[in-house]
Amino acid sequence: MDSVKIIEIKKSVFEDNNLDADSLRKELRLKGVFLLNLMSSPGSGKTTTLIRTINLLKDKLRIAVMEADIDSDVDAVKIKEATGIPSIQLHTGGMCHLDAEMTRQGLDNVDLEGLDLVILENVGNLVCPAEFDTGSSCNAMILSVPEGHDKPLKYPLMFSICDVVVVNKMDVQPYFDFDLEKCTEYVHMRNPKARIIPISAKTGEGVEEFAAWLLDAVKSWKNQ
Amino acid sequence: MHELGIVFYIIRDVKKAALENAVDKISAVVMNIGEVSTIIPDYLQDCWRWAADKEDILRGAELKCNIIPAVTYCEDCGMEFETVRFGKKCPHCGSESTYLLRGNEVEIKEIEVPNQ
Repeated sequence: MDSVKIIEIKKSVFEDNNLDADSLRKELRLKGVFLLNLMSSPGSGKTTTLIRTINLLKDKLRIAVMEADIDSDVDAVKIKEATGIPSIQLHTGGMCHLDAEMTRQGLDNVDLEGLDLVILENVGNLVCPAEFDTGSSCNAMILSVPEGHDKPLKYPLMFSICDVVVVNKMDVQPYFDFDLEKCTEYVHMRNPKARIIPISAKTGEGVEEFAAWLLDAVKSWKNQ
Repeated sequence: MHELGIVFYIIRDVKKAALENAVDKISAVVMNIGEVSTIIPDYLQDCWRWAADKEDILRGAELKCNIIPAVTYCEDCGMEFETVRFGKKCPHCGSESTYLLRGNEVEIKEIEVPNQ
């Protein structure tokens, strides 16, 4: 006998994660903690940008950071040393992204009492993190000048889910064929509402604008 | 690797469905994979073999992928067109007010269970 019985399932692979993410979002809302999911390619300057931003905001907001990487704790240590705020490292065990369940497990290790903002530094990757909702209140990403202005064309999903696109390493723009106007046009093709903030995490240029956006986002979320 | 993460999700969902249906052996899992879902079926197969064979209930089980062609709909002229060939811009009227109708699926369609 080679006949088989068929059991119909008809279910998206992302469905469970989307439900987990929604319930995490509700819990964080009750606790009054804003979760920012920050994504980018490896090496775009997420950690350096965060250090600058946190140092501008740490007197105005109570902040903690969760670093997600495949291995090592260099980022978490760097953040803690440079800003003095609580920072924990998550390991994804080889996975290329964080999902809502992993985010929740990470948050279980953060003292959320009295916090305003948790920043999740997702695994450096422009593909998978875009597909897995972490339960965040808001998504942002960093694109750096050496990566090229055509990235929004190549990774449409990532750019379509982000409220803010930070363009980092503007200080080295003269050495690259990076066209900020084209980049803006391509991002807006995918996501007309996305705000674009050019910065240099190295020199500090533009970081105040990003910090002001973040402060405003947290405050207006809390007042909703 | 992207596909490996997806495979872990498939395995989790399939094991749950097996439990609900009191099934202890699965011979195949049938997927609907959209043409623009960013899943590469060959990689998915490789990851599947590696991960599925570690589970008693799925050892040797085949992964079958139905590819769903991507179709975009134009809000201005109401026509449908092939997403991969034409992209976002409608080839009929030139409008960019278009959206993806199908082709983004990563869906478990059904599981096949040996008849006992």
